[in-house]
Amino acid sequence: MTVYAAASLSEAFEDLATEYEAANPGVDVKLNFAGSARLAAQISAGARADVFASANGANMNRVAAEGRTAASPVLFARNRLALVVPADNPGNISELEDLSDDSLVLAVCAPEVPCGALAQVVLADAGIDADPDTEETSVRAVLTKVTLGEADAGLVYATDVAAGGDKVAAVPLGPQIRFNDYPVAAVSDRAAAAAFVDFVVGPDGQRILWSHGFDSP
Amino acid sequence: MTKRPNTKGPNRRPPIAIVAMAIIAVAVLSLPLVGLLQRTPWSSLGTTLGETATLEALRVSVVVSLLAAAVSVVLGLPLAWVLARLSFRGRALVRAIVLLPMVLPPVVGGIALFFALGRKGLVGRALHNWLGIDTLIGTTAGAVIAAAFVSMPFFVITAEAGLRQLDPRLESAASTLGAGRWTVLRRITLPLLAPSLAAGATLSWARALGEFGATITFAGNHPGRTRTLPLAIAQANEAGQPEAAIAMSVLLIGVSLLILIGLRHRWIAPRTPQQQSSPESSPS
Repeated sequence: MTVYAAASLSEAFEDLATEYEAANPGVDVKLNFAGSARLAAQISAGARADVFASANGANMNRVAAEGRTAASPVLFARNRLALVVPADNPGNISELEDLSDDSLVLAVCAPEVPCGALAQVVLADAGIDADPDTEETSVRAVLTKVTLGEADAGLVYATDVAAGGDKVAAVPLGPQIRFNDYPVAAVSDRAAAAAFVDFVVGPDGQRILWSHGFDSP
Repeated sequence: MTKRPNTKGPNRRPPIAIVAMAIIAVAVLSLPLVGLLQRTPWSSLGTTLGETATLEALRVSVVVSLLAAAVSVVLGLPLAWVLARLSFRGRALVRAIVLLPMVLPPVVGGIALFFALGRKGLVGRALHNWLGIDTLIGTTAGAVIAAAFVSMPFFVITAEAGLRQLDPRLESAASTLGAGRWTVLRRITLPLLAPSLAAGATLSWARALGEFGATITFAGNHPGRTRTLPLAIAQANEAGQPEAAIAMSVLLIGVSLLILIGLRHRWIAPRTPQQQSSPESSPS
């Protein structure tokens, strides 16, 4: 069984797959992580996915509108935007407003990637006119540029901060910050696909997602 | 060009197995193009290609690929000369390293460029301290470096082959007649080498034009500065705008085909040594 999942779900879905395989002997879950927009494009083009977990509704709706989903999408997780900087914070960034400084190297997700759409909304909400130096195709590509110290700041998800380890630090963004709700849907009509979706939205799946910092939708 | 000799011997008939395999090869290579062309929205092609974002990506592509080809020639020609003319220990190793970007996944090249030229890279720190260059992310210079990294080997390998095919007696004759080293280089070596240099420069330009992985990894994706046509195509495809992706692909394929056709007819075909020496080309 092949699960296409948003890049931000990497660690959580690896754990999910391990537990699911342990509970269902004989099932082999293969995971494909990328930006949700790329996954949606691949599924639209006919990729043999059984389950699609997207980081926002827009990319799931694209797939659903083309009749590529076997069941209605279900929301299963919520994630907030986070501002990460390299551990030594070379740009001296302490709040979102600092991102209007054009001399900073700022990495964000491209607008069609869920984290990029979220970043645009958050920056617009705050009235910040930021000029990102690069628009990456997945949230993890943004994180890598910050982890390497090549970018002064990156807009990622709260759950990505942990994946960056001690090489990155999060700048608190305040409680009003926006979030994305993640939908999941069976793409193929195999029984295993529907069962995996049930597992993700069920108590075991939710427990694993919480342990990785996701909230419930 | 030569006509196939019309002799009656059975061994002159083209072997069916080879021709069949060749036809399969052509199908494998051309079917994706045919697929793309039959899905191309020809009626709206002009509108899509006329959009500001497309023209901007085209401009970035042209600028970056031409500059990368120029860097390839300026740095690659002395390197090709060294590899072709000087014997030294480790020459095979140097050549292997120089050609490595041809087989390396471009993404690996992009990551490696970070460790060399990034802020924390081997040379990058010096760039930062001495030249005040803060970052190459989101800069056209970064895109040119990424494109030159993957395309220079194509120039070096072509120029080196050209240098090896030169008859060294022409150069020694010129120096015997009193020409200095620079005169020999300018009046004998470079003119004789011109077809190889043109072919190598064009090949590396074509490679730079199609470059994607090293560029997006090392130079990032910034409209008007590093977002070349290949980056814009990938982005449009992922953004659920396949028509725009197809239109830009057709544009890129058209430009690349023009380059390759020009390359074939002007520079490579008429001068290959096989055609001068092989028995097939002599009229029987």
